[in-house]
Amino acid sequence: MKLKTFAGGIHPPDNKHWSSHLAIEDCPLPAELIVPLAQHIGAPSVPCVEVGQKVARGEEIGSAKGFVSVPVHAPTSGEVIAIENRPHPWGAILPAVVIRPDGEDRWSSTLQPVDPGELSPEEMVERVRQAGVVGMGGAAFPAHVKLSPPPEKKIQALILNGVECEPYLTADHRMMLEDPERILQGVALLQYVFGAERVVIGIEANKPDALALLKKMCADTPVEVLPLEVKYPQGAEKQLITAVTGREVPSGGLPMDIGVAVHNVSTAAAITDAVVHGRPLIERICTVTGPAIREPKNLRIRIGTPLSHLVAVCGGLAEEPGKIVLGGPMMGFTQLGFDVPATKGTSGLLLLRNADIALQPEGPCIRCARCVQACPIHLLPTTIAAYARHDLTAEAAEYCATDCIECGSCSYVCPAAIPLVQAIRYGKAAILAKKRNA
Amino acid sequence: MNKVNQQLYLSSSPHIHSGETTASVMRAVLYSLVPACGVAVYFFGLSALAVLLIATLGCVATETVCQRLMGQPVTIADGSAAITGVLLALNLPPSCPWWLTLLGAVIAIAIGKQVYGGLGANPFNPALVARVVLLISFPVQMTTWSAPAPLGSGLDLVTTATPLGAWKNAVMLTGQLPESMQGGTVDYFLGNMPGCIGEVSALALLLGAGYLFYRRILTWHIPTAFIGTVVVLSGLFWMINPTKYPNPVFHLLTGGLVLGAFYMATDMVTTPVSTRGMLVFGVGCGLLTVLIRLFGGYPEGVSFAILLMNAATPLIDRYLRPRTFGALAGKG
Repeated sequence: MKLKTFAGGIHPPDNKHWSSHLAIEDCPLPAELIVPLAQHIGAPSVPCVEVGQKVARGEEIGSAKGFVSVPVHAPTSGEVIAIENRPHPWGAILPAVVIRPDGEDRWSSTLQPVDPGELSPEEMVERVRQAGVVGMGGAAFPAHVKLSPPPEKKIQALILNGVECEPYLTADHRMMLEDPERILQGVALLQYVFGAERVVIGIEANKPDALALLKKMCADTPVEVLPLEVKYPQGAEKQLITAVTGREVPSGGLPMDIGVAVHNVSTAAAITDAVVHGRPLIERICTVTGPAIREPKNLRIRIGTPLSHLVAVCGGLAEEPGKIVLGGPMMGFTQLGFDVPATKGTSGLLLLRNADIALQPEGPCIRCARCVQACPIHLLPTTIAAYARHDLTAEAAEYCATDCIECGSCSYVCPAAIPLVQAIRYGKAAILAKKRNA
Repeated sequence: MNKVNQQLYLSSSPHIHSGETTASVMRAVLYSLVPACGVAVYFFGLSALAVLLIATLGCVATETVCQRLMGQPVTIADGSAAITGVLLALNLPPSCPWWLTLLGAVIAIAIGKQVYGGLGANPFNPALVARVVLLISFPVQMTTWSAPAPLGSGLDLVTTATPLGAWKNAVMLTGQLPESMQGGTVDYFLGNMPGCIGEVSALALLLGAGYLFYRRILTWHIPTAFIGTVVVLSGLFWMINPTKYPNPVFHLLTGGLVLGAFYMATDMVTTPVSTRGMLVFGVGCGLLTVLIRLFGGYPEGVSFAILLMNAATPLIDRYLRPRTFGALAGKG
């Protein structure tokens, strides 16, 4: 049977063999935890603790401000030793609460488990918000916002994203293998919240063990487990929806416009923790991998763990890194150093050598059309990039630059090494700025 | 060993690359032309080899001179000038005098490519620009064809007409297809016929094209649309009057159709980027080829057809954009 997928895309080497067979290990607590107050788009949280204050594991240390905002919590028990600006994975220096762990790892007494059967959907969403749950796939968008569609947008299909199409990363894969009950419990809660008729877990076919396990566990439930073609960006929201439903999210629209909601499998597990156990999002699975690290691992880390600690836990550097990437090699963010902390969206720490990264000089476009064939949105990347680089903003907009999902497939395939998606990003920003000022 | 000693690269994603470069693409195209060049040398001997060498070296030298004169970095290492040279040679008759070949090389690179700004900027296929300029300016030398004299056969190259030329002459004189046009398919397929250096062996060209398909440098759209249109259209005329119009297999295997469809009409720079655009481009090439062959003044129309469609490429690209994901039908 031909596996379901979308049109376009690329086949980069998946490089998951470094870590896909390694069981998740608990990362020991670092000497200090740096918890940024801004961990997602939307308003950053506001600190609600003081320097010198003792905090318990799971206690709120930053309060949400606004609807698209979630609180942050103490990842362990200890003392707040500073609330100050620290290097942040976004490349800026931003406010963070710094906690020195006391080693007791004592849970806060305010967190109460409940029987989810007694909760209304609205109460569940509120517990998700209070727990600071965000999308765990990398974008870290507050989960409760996606759980609260306007009443006229009825969600018929709930899709769980277990694709993990970024090369190297194996965090979701290990989560599905080692903690499937927690995921499936979260899936049931999500289905209840949305009242969705169809529930599908989409997984790339390069994870046959996870597919088999979840298929077995879902055998007598209405949940479908669907193998998908191994192709990047299969895990991008719109592409996943097309693969599963055959429908396209309208240009400029959201999945809920066609009655679909997509959540990452790890987000489902975090929702279980939040709703059932009342436990906030203070830890996640992070794949530390790449040719420059000595012992790749899948680690259960506390939010705020400095990258230097992750490197030390993984046996240190095997070789000089050329790039420190948070996330995967296709869409991750490069870092200035190891002093930044992991956040709620840190699915991986990838250490690449100079030999692994794209460093060839740029040449002229030979119109080979590889970018056109690779683009999962069916744009003309080379044309848009050329307009964007000449500040022809209106022309770039006419060629649908704002539809670009920035997956990077065009830049990956370009034989002339033209920074296509980078130029399109620039063009998109210019288009949006023009709209704001208009 | 947590300290990083060397400088770290900071950039926006993606951080990895396929490893395919312009030079590696061009190298693959050059490799794919080896069988066609080999067959040419086998059938036409040293004169074909001389044309190949003069055209290739002439193109590389012209590119060097042009870029030096303009104070630009010399980019002959990317292999694109060498490809133009080989393709030009394959589009010349084996008896082409050395000075004409060299002139072709200069025209291809200087007028066909560098005046527009070099690689990627030329609207017309440089090798075909040169071929057509030579064909119009030096019709005698450019249409003096040699019968093949396979290496070791002891034959000398003798002047003769191409199958397409012989057919056109015969039809013009008698209004009838000559008897000899009925057979010869296997010879045409292997390349044992008079013609340009590279157009004679469909087999060798298909071998090379197969390699390019495998490397995903060639897509099926243009060659299929081009050849399909020629076969269907020439088939129609053949069914209408088989005594005057040759059969589609004759059209397919004689002349430059296979060379043109797989190598000249698929030049990346001068052809559309969308799949729909490529199909329209291929159909247009096929239509024009048949019209020129059957009703034009020249026996062969592949070069003119491709150049005319090259001119239409910016329009095709503009109006046949792929439908954006999630866009309403009928809207860009």
